[in-house]
Amino acid sequence: MTNLLNGPQTLGRGRAFWSAAAAVLVVALVYPLFVDSYDVGSTAYFLCWVFMALGLCLMWGYNGMMSFGQTFFFGVGGYAYGVIEINLGVANGGAMASLVAALAVTAVAAALLGYFMIYGRIGGMFFGIVTFAVTLALAFFLNQTAGPEWHIGTARLNGFNGMQGMDPLALPWFGGDIDLEGTAFYYFVLVLLIVVYLLLRLLVNSRFGNVLVAIREDPLRAELLGYDVRRYSLVTFVIGSVLGGLSGALYCSWGQFISPSSVGLPAAAMPVVWVAFSGRSDVTATLIGTLLLIAGFQALTIYSEQWALILMGVLLAGTVLIAPDGLIVSLANVVARRRARGGAALKPSLQER
Amino acid sequence: MVADLFSDFYQFADVFAFLILSAAGLAIIFGMMGVINLAHGEFIMCGVYVTSAAYHAGLPLPLAQACGAVVAGLIGMLLEVTIIRPLYSRPLDSLLVTWGISLVATQGTLIALGSTFPGIDTPGHSFSVGEYSFSSYRMVLFAASLCVLGFVYVLFMRTRFGVHARATMQNPGMAQALGVRKGIIYAVSFGIGTGLAGLCGALYAPTMNLIPTMGASFLVEAFVTVVVGGANVLLGTGPAAIALGVIRAGLNAWYGQVVGEIGLLIAVVLIIRVLPDGFSGWLTRRTS
Repeated sequence: MTNLLNGPQTLGRGRAFWSAAAAVLVVALVYPLFVDSYDVGSTAYFLCWVFMALGLCLMWGYNGMMSFGQTFFFGVGGYAYGVIEINLGVANGGAMASLVAALAVTAVAAALLGYFMIYGRIGGMFFGIVTFAVTLALAFFLNQTAGPEWHIGTARLNGFNGMQGMDPLALPWFGGDIDLEGTAFYYFVLVLLIVVYLLLRLLVNSRFGNVLVAIREDPLRAELLGYDVRRYSLVTFVIGSVLGGLSGALYCSWGQFISPSSVGLPAAAMPVVWVAFSGRSDVTATLIGTLLLIAGFQALTIYSEQWALILMGVLLAGTVLIAPDGLIVSLANVVARRRARGGAALKPSLQER
Repeated sequence: MVADLFSDFYQFADVFAFLILSAAGLAIIFGMMGVINLAHGEFIMCGVYVTSAAYHAGLPLPLAQACGAVVAGLIGMLLEVTIIRPLYSRPLDSLLVTWGISLVATQGTLIALGSTFPGIDTPGHSFSVGEYSFSSYRMVLFAASLCVLGFVYVLFMRTRFGVHARATMQNPGMAQALGVRKGIIYAVSFGIGTGLAGLCGALYAPTMNLIPTMGASFLVEAFVTVVVGGANVLLGTGPAAIALGVIRAGLNAWYGQVVGEIGLLIAVVLIIRVLPDGFSGWLTRRTS
């Protein structure tokens, strides 16, 4: 277990890293005691987005599949949560069941799309283009569902105005459900994030993760060594996409609202910016970088959304041109080299060698 | 009967022209040079805006349209020299960088020019065949798309520049050793690609609402056409546009725009599943 958490595919190991992580966790846990619940709510909102970044990190950084489809699955997960929740109602664990069902719907969608792309051997850049096209098509489709004829059960899709009227998540508990709003929602998302992060660390350091990295480095060689590259990639694609769907469902529960603008451009660019900026080859770097970028973006958006988006564009182009492995991974490598006095980098560069 | 047939042809021609015009520039930049240019839509948007600005400044429409194409081409050349050049061996990185550029261009236009911009009235009149009436400008667009196809073919197959360009893209080192100026070839080819994107925008400027995000509405069609066309763009883009045009126009006519859009994508995924190298790969295999 410890070996898997500290394995070769993840940055950050040893006592120093885990003490720092524990300190951050304690701060995160006591933080709601010191600020009002509105701020806690907006922090929970930031955390919602991190799952899709981690999913993209797994697919792209570890397996080499550049997916533009994270907001596609964000939309599928979010809309599925809304539609199912509105039809089921919040009582008797309906909301939690909707979350699980929404993730199942996302998994089926990812398996279908992934089957056609991965078993069709759509590789490299074509993978990006197809996922991009599918994402824009979903946004286009949802945008024109404004009329009353577009409904699933009692849930109206409402076109570009967005769907609303679903209840927030509620945790079934003895003697009445606990509504997950405000601080309760924050703790729920925080726990979920920690669990997902640790599971991803275990996954990428396991035998499965080593195969993923082998596929990223050289798909042909991995195949010749006897691994079914397509099956591994498909499983990875489904896991990563379901994380995108989880973000969508949580977002929908947080704001009781979801609209096509969360799916189309420029929203679709955001996960790619976060992961590319942070360093796609590592989950910890992605986690930290994504939180930094989202917080920075929100702070800027208050003044001007256009300027915030321009900054995101500049960051994306700049990172790729100057530090192609991502800023946080590059920084970690610099620190490691300093310490080891010319030793090897922690993370080998992902650039073509 | 004739009127119905012509109506079917008209709808096909409309989609075909849209696919060819939006894809032609991308076919050169993506298909030949291997740069995934996600800012392609923004070059089209640039063509639209320049055309409209020039038209409202008093230029006649065809001249304004030429301005749109030329300005997009010049900006493209500038971009190639400054940013794109280190990325030829890193196709995925080129995709990320051009996406960053596209974000900056869209939002920058939004800040600088606001969310709307004065448009241009569609020129030309309508003509009728049987009981239906049609827009003559759409026929102009169809003719223009055929001209663009011809222009690209002649430029790359029948001129000295075309030979040099194809040689450079196939084997840059060898071409350079034989005295081809690699840098100029790349910059000019990229400029021609973005210029054709600008031309697409210029031609469609009189038919659309001018909003800074309009580039995205061309991007998907452009990419799927080039992807379905395959690696040899001179061979593949035409047949790809014909096939997708028939599918799209048929679905549009029978089931409406939404089914048309989504059906087109499903068709593309299926075609790539069956023909991974696109039409040109299939044609090449059949003939060799």
